[in-house]
Amino acid sequence: MPIRKVMKANEAAAWAAKLAKPKVVAAFPITPSTLVPEKISEFVANGEMDAEFIKVESEHSAISACVGASAAGVRVFTATASQGLALMHEILFIAAGMRLPIVVAIGNRSLSAPINIWNDWQDSISERDTGWLQFYAENNQEALDLILAAFKVAEDERVLLPAMVGFDAFILTHTVEPVEIPDQEVVDSFLGEYVPKHAYLDPARPITQGALGFPAHYMEARYTVWEANEAAKKVIDEVFEEFEKTFGRRYHKIEEYKTDDADIVLVTMGSLAGTVKEFVDKKREEGVKIGAAKITVYRPFPVEEIRALAKKTKVLAILEKDISFSIGGAVFADTSRALINEKEKPVVLDFILGLGGRDVTFENLEEIVSIAKKAIDGGVEEEVYWIGLRKEIL
Amino acid sequence: MAVRKPPITTREYWVPGHAACAGCGCAVALKLATKAFSEAMEEKYGDPNAFAIAQATGCMEVVSAVFPYTAWKAPWIHVAFENAAAAASGVEAAWKKLGRKGKILAIGGDGGTADIGMQALSGMLERWHNVVYLMYDNEAYMNTGIQRSSSTPYGAWTTTSPPGKYSIGEDKPKKWVALIAAAHQVPYVATASIGNPFDFVRKMKKAAKVDGPAFVQVQCTCPTGWKSPLEKGVEIARLAIETGIWPLFEIENGDFHNIKIQAPGGGAKVKREGGKIVAIEFKKPIEEYLKLQGRFKHLFKKPEAIDVMREQIKAMWKVLGVEVTLPKPGE
Repeated sequence: MPIRKVMKANEAAAWAAKLAKPKVVAAFPITPSTLVPEKISEFVANGEMDAEFIKVESEHSAISACVGASAAGVRVFTATASQGLALMHEILFIAAGMRLPIVVAIGNRSLSAPINIWNDWQDSISERDTGWLQFYAENNQEALDLILAAFKVAEDERVLLPAMVGFDAFILTHTVEPVEIPDQEVVDSFLGEYVPKHAYLDPARPITQGALGFPAHYMEARYTVWEANEAAKKVIDEVFEEFEKTFGRRYHKIEEYKTDDADIVLVTMGSLAGTVKEFVDKKREEGVKIGAAKITVYRPFPVEEIRALAKKTKVLAILEKDISFSIGGAVFADTSRALINEKEKPVVLDFILGLGGRDVTFENLEEIVSIAKKAIDGGVEEEVYWIGLRKEIL
Repeated sequence: MAVRKPPITTREYWVPGHAACAGCGCAVALKLATKAFSEAMEEKYGDPNAFAIAQATGCMEVVSAVFPYTAWKAPWIHVAFENAAAAASGVEAAWKKLGRKGKILAIGGDGGTADIGMQALSGMLERWHNVVYLMYDNEAYMNTGIQRSSSTPYGAWTTTSPPGKYSIGEDKPKKWVALIAAAHQVPYVATASIGNPFDFVRKMKKAAKVDGPAFVQVQCTCPTGWKSPLEKGVEIARLAIETGIWPLFEIENGDFHNIKIQAPGGGAKVKREGGKIVAIEFKKPIEEYLKLQGRFKHLFKKPEAIDVMREQIKAMWKVLGVEVTLPKPGE
């Protein structure tokens, strides 16, 4: 029988790792993710988890050790955030290029400067071109579930890509919620053993991994990462279906909420989706035709699902906690790209909010809705709307 | 008819077809290192193939694994420049969980070890992974075209330490990573040279057989970067030993009071106390080593710079507990 425990998302991530039974974990402390390796250390110290825990001297070495272990043919896990993920940046490309299904839990946190330990998505969003799969959790249960799902997708032979699972700093990492912990035997049968056919460092059958790719081969190697990302779209649907059959909880790449007759759909990710859904309920009571959509899988980007969503509404308002300077939000840019060749498309608006732990309030959402209402009649005043900005101190 | 046993196994792990420069001393080092490793694994585990290699970006990496070819007959991985030690840590941890017997060999050049890979190396040693780290030291960033590293010796020309009106060439003494590695008090640290292959093989075998981390720093000549004759690599490396430029030593468990020094040969007079070498009177001047290399050519117009080098070498030997005298030419 699954048990329910009250825990933080960091603990849920550690529990997911325990259930997935990685053979190697290499991690380095960083706020707000530190509790993940702490908890895993406890599991290992108490014999509840049979993993080698490598207490590396940096995140760069954490992911490098993960690459080495994964290339040797075992399941591997780590956790990080913010500057730590940025320090891993170089090796993230290598993990994807070498097709190593490492899973990393991310306590989504802003990037310096100024140094700031609170939530936004700039850390993992900035890694969107590395080839990694990216999942974003709305709550602590999703943090646990999506890590298990991420392992299954990542290790699928049609995919073989590393994956990161993000959950918001403090809002989730340090906030307790009830979480259902599935039975070990059920997880065992869901995930199975990881026995790679492509990555092993076995003296009985020596292979070379990490070779130099000349111009004659490099582009094709990159194309296979593209293909694997494309293949992951279908695999994720299959895994989410199997996840529901196994654990009873249903996930979608994009989860829609009251969108069928909505004039305005607020599109967002992570824990902000919870706030937005509650806001949608309030506005519905007031008679405003509004809905919400939560992007659970950001890479591969759910292009088809975005197009289907776009057909239902007049305005897609993208609410995001990241910024690509001079352009706007990354989710906005990706959404716009998905729609650019559609004959009919809604107005797409770009709202930057909640950076570095700034609260996102109902007042902020009201402002967004009033901007969106105006936009229905063609009144888009700004390319990028910064919401909740304290103009008085600028 | 009596058949002489070859001095080292005929098994090959680093095989012909790699793209190293003609006369590359590092290619010699890797060939010997892997053979030594194989012998050690056979003697320790009964399996000559019980090892895997994690290698840093650098000359020996780019010349040995150009897709779809490989010069490696051992399981081999390259990840990036600064992380061979960290990647090796991961491989070793995985092998432990897979219940696989054997040892991991990490390989990096001087740039990948003394500079950008220093942190990962320190972490690997301190965490006590069952890894031998082999630093092939050709004393500059040769893969990118001969830039100075912290392992470049004083006075050497490189593209980023050119001699000029205000420059003698490289103006800092060489950083000895072996001493830094030994400060981690790991079971075994040694310096070696392709100029003494028997000593190098013995040390690689010893490193491979100890339980826990080990570090070997091997000097290997680079005719391209040192501007030296292709056929004189081993001779130059031997002169480095015989003139006092390159000390051969072993430090076990960080015991700096009992450093084992290997006699340099070349006619040098060695003084021992209680079995330990405490003084060496070198007979060959360092000029004999320097003059064979274009990278030191400019120093012969400024002989005072060569005297500075002599003082630095004496100071380095003093750290090893050995008083040395270094002759000037004609002395």
